[in-house]
Amino acid sequence: MNERVLLLDDEKDFVEAMAERMRARGMEVTAITSPSEALKRVREESYDVIVMDFMMPEIDGLEAIKELKRINPDLQIILLTGYATMEKKIEAKNLGATDLVEKPADIDTLTDKIRKTHEKSETLLH
Amino acid sequence: MNDSLDVREETALRFFGNISTSISHEIKNVLAIINENAGLLEDYNLMAEKGIPLNPERIKTLAETVMTQIRRADGLVKNMNKFAHSVDEASKTVDLREILELVVALSSRFAAIRGVGLELQPSSSAVSILSSPFFLENLIWLVLDFAMNATGNGKIVGLFAEKKEDGARVIFTQLDALGKAQKDEFPTEREKSLLHILNAEISLDHRAGQIFIDLPTEITL
Repeated sequence: MNERVLLLDDEKDFVEAMAERMRARGMEVTAITSPSEALKRVREESYDVIVMDFMMPEIDGLEAIKELKRINPDLQIILLTGYATMEKKIEAKNLGATDLVEKPADIDTLTDKIRKTHEKSETLLH
Repeated sequence: MNDSLDVREETALRFFGNISTSISHEIKNVLAIINENAGLLEDYNLMAEKGIPLNPERIKTLAETVMTQIRRADGLVKNMNKFAHSVDEASKTVDLREILELVVALSSRFAAIRGVGLELQPSSSAVSILSSPFFLENLIWLVLDFAMNATGNGKIVGLFAEKKEDGARVIFTQLDALGKAQKDEFPTEREKSLLHILNAEISLDHRAGQIFIDLPTEITL
């Protein structure tokens, strides 16, 4: 089954290009630029993984992780970031983020991580 | 070394660090967009090798996106260069309008993350003073940071500079929640250390939702 991915970043040109590349690699991707839209989507629809920027307008990255996990504790979260301090990385992991990928990301490394994350959560659920 | 000097040094270092971090984040974002668009071109090339025809319009759009991002990065690097040069001379004649323009450009990411718009209002003539460019930028940046928490529902900070008989004034406007924002002491020790070196004064008009920085025509460092 294809991985259902919600891709969130406030840079429209980034999400659109990355989503197209992920789709070409067999993933079902919804690309959005608004954190509040992401929370709404996660409430209403089912996703295996959210790949999201760590620093965006509207909501702090750590707050977003807490809220996403509150809505769907099984949702896997992969963070995209320019840079993150070690403290932020540890805090993000402690709040439930699965992995962190530095921008600019290598698409094959990222899709591998998404697949492994999805497989791991499937194994735990069944 | 007295206490006030320590605060000023720490304030200045923190300012330099915050601006450098912000610019490097922005450049990373630009690189990420270029990376994805270059990756798409690579994907299309692989598809073309398998016989799937290229769509010229799509290629044109990707090229335009890359060029837009290169212009964006160029703007970021130019501002970074201007900012780095502000420490070249302890004091010099500056046009306050240009200082405001630079601080607004350097603050745009911080403002965007907080959902605040910055509106730089034009001044009709040059507002020249002899001052310390770096400490001036630092003070305006700190006041702007405070002002962004005082916008209320409007989520806009207006800024402009004007000439006065005995110097110049920077005015922050549209701060509808100024009274609510000032729960703690303001100006803090950080702003006070910069006001001291710039021989400047800050005043707040809660009713009008405005903050003023009054600067002398010249200072000697």
